[in-house]
Amino acid sequence: MTQYLLSVHSAEGEVSAQPTNEQMQQFHTQIGILEADLKSAGAWVFGGRLHEPDTATVVRMSNGAVLTTDGPFMESKEHLGGFYIIEAEHLDAALAWASKVTACIMQPIEVRPFYDEAEADAAWNEAEA
Amino acid sequence: MPLGTKPRLDGLPNIDPTAKLDLAEIDRIFREASGRSVATLIRIFGDIDVAEDAVQDAFAVALRKWPGDGVPPNPGGWITTTARMLAIDRLRRESRGRELASEVALLSTNSDDATIPEEVGPVQDDRLRLIFTCCNPALATEAQVALTLRLLGGLSTEEVARAFLVPEPTMAQRLVRAKRKIKAARIPYRVPDDHELPDRLHPVLAVVYLVYNAGLTNPSEPGLCSEAIRLARLLAMLMPDEPEVAGLLALLLLTESRRVSRTRADGSLVLLAEQDRTRWNRALIEEGQAIVRWCLRRNQPGAYQLQAAINAVHADAKTVDATDWSQIIALYDQLLVVAPTPVVALNRAIAVGEVHGPAAALTLVDQLDLDNYYALHATRADLLQRLGRNDEAAVAYRRAAAMAPTEAERDFFRRGGRGSHS
Repeated sequence: MTQYLLSVHSAEGEVSAQPTNEQMQQFHTQIGILEADLKSAGAWVFGGRLHEPDTATVVRMSNGAVLTTDGPFMESKEHLGGFYIIEAEHLDAALAWASKVTACIMQPIEVRPFYDEAEADAAWNEAEA
Repeated sequence: MPLGTKPRLDGLPNIDPTAKLDLAEIDRIFREASGRSVATLIRIFGDIDVAEDAVQDAFAVALRKWPGDGVPPNPGGWITTTARMLAIDRLRRESRGRELASEVALLSTNSDDATIPEEVGPVQDDRLRLIFTCCNPALATEAQVALTLRLLGGLSTEEVARAFLVPEPTMAQRLVRAKRKIKAARIPYRVPDDHELPDRLHPVLAVVYLVYNAGLTNPSEPGLCSEAIRLARLLAMLMPDEPEVAGLLALLLLTESRRVSRTRADGSLVLLAEQDRTRWNRALIEEGQAIVRWCLRRNQPGAYQLQAAINAVHADAKTVDATDWSQIIALYDQLLVVAPTPVVALNRAIAVGEVHGPAAALTLVDQLDLDNYYALHATRADLLQRLGRNDEAAVAYRRAAAMAPTEAERDFFRRGGRGSHS
């Protein structure tokens, strides 16, 4: 099994038609069903929606001390809006889940594999060598 | 096309010149067997690089042994068996592979080495799995093409690079990146389920068609045409119930039947109407037409089948005047339903021109949004010329010449679309 990050990237200032209450209701129901499916299939690891990027804070090392700054790491028109982490047998299976998510939220989904432990070790050793 | 994948002959000691014929035979066997062996080893070891290296090593052994010992009765099986043993040896030597090697050894203790688990039955074939891996939609089209030619066709990286006019390091990089993605993202090694097949078959057929067209438009690479036909035959054998697979094979065979009459010795193009039809390859035409008839009986038309059918109608005509153009228009009408593109509409307009005259065709052509497509201007030029509007025709030919992708075509249009006699 491999873990995949399914991330939703939204473009700032992209004005989509404000959904009606009824549409919002429907959307929540659909997402609820989809997340229940992910859980009952054993594919669910974690997921959530993020607050707007202007709520972000960045900490970094600067001259040996931790520097804290307001705002997102990168000023960009696109930002991470939310994500799922799922477990799937292979990419085709992960893409099948991602297809359901995109059909539900009508936003593109990026699917990216996580290193597994052995791969991470191997990559680490290669970098050391 | 020379084989670059096999080890260089000049690196081997004491090649007996009388064994030359055998080396050519080994080349041929390599082309035939490489894809199957690589595919089988990928299934066994779950790793493309391990499989590729082992098959190459096995051919190095073959090149040393066969010229003296003779070619074994089942050379493909010999290569697969040898490659598997070499891969296990290599993995045993590398500490990281120890676990994998013992696992494989465990799996294979019961089976006779001469009968490698080379599966039978259409859907179980390893090569089919491999082509669906190579053509997974998660890979870019150019990566799909490169992987297919490299892994299934046994072409060297250098050959693939040359075929697509890309520097070899760029192609090597592309292959490395694609293989890394297959591994990291776990692009599966499997034949898609029935419900996925319509979507997943599309890129597979597109890749084979692209390979063929690369050979057709690049006269120094005719090997790509035969490679594409070989892949199409393989697909047709592995998926005998898919009409579009049969359609693609028929389309390639019928196009191939005219390939030699498509260009003159100097490389310039010969229009379909001006081709010497006695030079068309009758055996390929008959095979292609038989497949088209089978498709008609299946009655599940698709884009490749319809294009094949159009080519079959052309192939039927002894002279250009004997062409059944209304049949061709009817087929283009159907093709427009399944593939509603301006390029199809342009080709339909050309057929309309043959039945209803150039004015009718020009009206259709001028409605198309294809200003950046050289064939639109070439068609307009031809129609305008037939209408006696020579100045406009000359302008259209100049535009076609400026946009045409190959030198042969640019040259053709510069000469006013009249080949050598104008």
